[in-house]
Amino acid sequence: MRFLSLIWSNLKRKKLRTSLTILSIVVAFVLFGLLCSLKEAFTAGVNMAGADRLIVRHKISLIMDLPFTYGSRIERIPGVAAAVHWTWFNGIYQNEPKNFFGSFPVEPEPFLSMHPEYVVAEDQKQKWLQTRTGAVVGRTLAQRFEWEIGDRVPLTSPIWPRENEEAWEFDIVGIYDGAKKSTDTSGFFFRYDYFDEARARGEGQVGWYVVRVEDADRVAEVAQKIDDEFANSPYETKTEPEGAFAQGFVQQIGDIATMLVAILSAVFFTILLVAGNTMAQAVRERTEELGVLKAMGFTDGLVLVLVLAESCLIASVGGLIGLGLAWLATAGGSPAPSILPVFYFPVPDMLIGVAIVVALGVVTGIFPALQAMRLQIAVALRRHA
Amino acid sequence: MMSNDDGVLVHVDSVDKTFRRGTEEIRVLAGLNLTVQEGEFLALMGPSGSGKTTLLNLIGGLDRPTSGSVSVGGEAIDRMSGRRLARWRSQHVGLVFQFYNLLPVLSAERNVELPLLLTHLSKADRRKHVATALKVVGLEDRSRHFPRTLSGGEQQRVGIARAIVTDPTLLLCDEPTGDLDRKSGDEVLGLLQALNREHGKTIIMVTHDPHASARATRTVYLDKGQLSTTPIA
Repeated sequence: MRFLSLIWSNLKRKKLRTSLTILSIVVAFVLFGLLCSLKEAFTAGVNMAGADRLIVRHKISLIMDLPFTYGSRIERIPGVAAAVHWTWFNGIYQNEPKNFFGSFPVEPEPFLSMHPEYVVAEDQKQKWLQTRTGAVVGRTLAQRFEWEIGDRVPLTSPIWPRENEEAWEFDIVGIYDGAKKSTDTSGFFFRYDYFDEARARGEGQVGWYVVRVEDADRVAEVAQKIDDEFANSPYETKTEPEGAFAQGFVQQIGDIATMLVAILSAVFFTILLVAGNTMAQAVRERTEELGVLKAMGFTDGLVLVLVLAESCLIASVGGLIGLGLAWLATAGGSPAPSILPVFYFPVPDMLIGVAIVVALGVVTGIFPALQAMRLQIAVALRRHA
Repeated sequence: MMSNDDGVLVHVDSVDKTFRRGTEEIRVLAGLNLTVQEGEFLALMGPSGSGKTTLLNLIGGLDRPTSGSVSVGGEAIDRMSGRRLARWRSQHVGLVFQFYNLLPVLSAERNVELPLLLTHLSKADRRKHVATALKVVGLEDRSRHFPRTLSGGEQQRVGIARAIVTDPTLLLCDEPTGDLDRKSGDEVLGLLQALNREHGKTIIMVTHDPHASARATRTVYLDKGQLSTTPIA
């Protein structure tokens, strides 16, 4: 600690240069934080996927429906614990295309039992069971449209018009929270019986099934059994783990992780050069002063530590401010909830950021520090003379 | 640090120092011998390039001889490891440079405090030592000033305060008045003389200036790697 003020004073020597270097590090780490949040937004579904859950969809395409009756047949297959169906409703609020969000008709009890990540208060659940037009919405979605329990909400669906061609009317009976921070709380769930009875076409059809298996180690075997069950039928199925299903969605956009790594590598490589150059210059300019310190009795090792500490301090100040700003920028939630319902800076990524801060400090400082350590006193002092 | 029984503090014995410049070998010191008594104020004179600073560096443990030995206070410093030598310097040697070599980013008091950072003294104790050293050089009222706001003479006095703050036995001064006007130079020389006479500091001072060497108790002359007690013609 007694050397901290010496290190700090050295950083203040060229204020503009130090400030610009720190600023470039801040920008790099803000970018890091935002890209990590973006990655989380795209992969939240993959991360939240249950290891013991399968998705059963039409073999040809997800947009083709499956019969409602498949549910009971799937549940009879050995190894299957439960099966619930989902259907993509594509609800739009107030006929404004921008007011689009994920909405799904489901059967309340089996659905909530299958998805413990959606947390609904017991009284709200009971109300949902009692209300045919009832809907349970995620906290984020409720906040987005300032909905409260008791509100009546009209939705239209380009896929599923009502038989009477009027808008669908739903009574909000519950607001669910996520069991984890990465849980998507932008969903809108309503009762399948109401939907099935009132829709203009497609009666008795569902979008896909979510299946929980009894033994997570046997998902592949059970998936095969399900597909075998419906082989050579008009509705052949494709069954895959929930994680792989979610990953498939993400990969429609591209390999997000690889893209992020490529961008961040370029950013950090540039920062490495900028900060490394700053430190190399700082040490070159102070050759004589380092010689004086050594002449006073500062050991080679201490000089090495002082230079390294300086580069680590630059990286820490810039990096931690950058990470902090990224956290602040994402703390308010998603800037585009309809596209990125889950948007936050995950703690593990933040810790990786801190590790990168330390690594940046060490890597940019190590060569100038070694140079300073190896400096011969007589040679350093001779420069001025 | 104690001198030998005969009062010798510094003993330079048959020292050679050779530098290599490209393929050329330059022999700066050739079998040089020197003894300095404890409490002595020795002036080391000689033409440019005669090896005065090189000899001073060897005595201060800033460099090592090519051959021969250097002992200070009975300790053979040329055989010490780098780490031990650094520690020895911090405890026993105070250095005063021609161009002051103060750290421009630190105030006078913090420049003086630098050698004390290597000790186990508390912050309060360090402050006391710094205040005492600045008082000795007459700069207690300039302690918060940065080097750029001090005159050359004042900067050199800060340099002297930094050299004496750890109370070293040996003070090595490399042309301490070389960058000063006559008045400031006289003040600095007076200060060194007082440190020698009143505080018993052993001082070895490299200088070109006969006026400066006149303040010393003994003057030796260095030329072509050899010492003599008479001026070189």
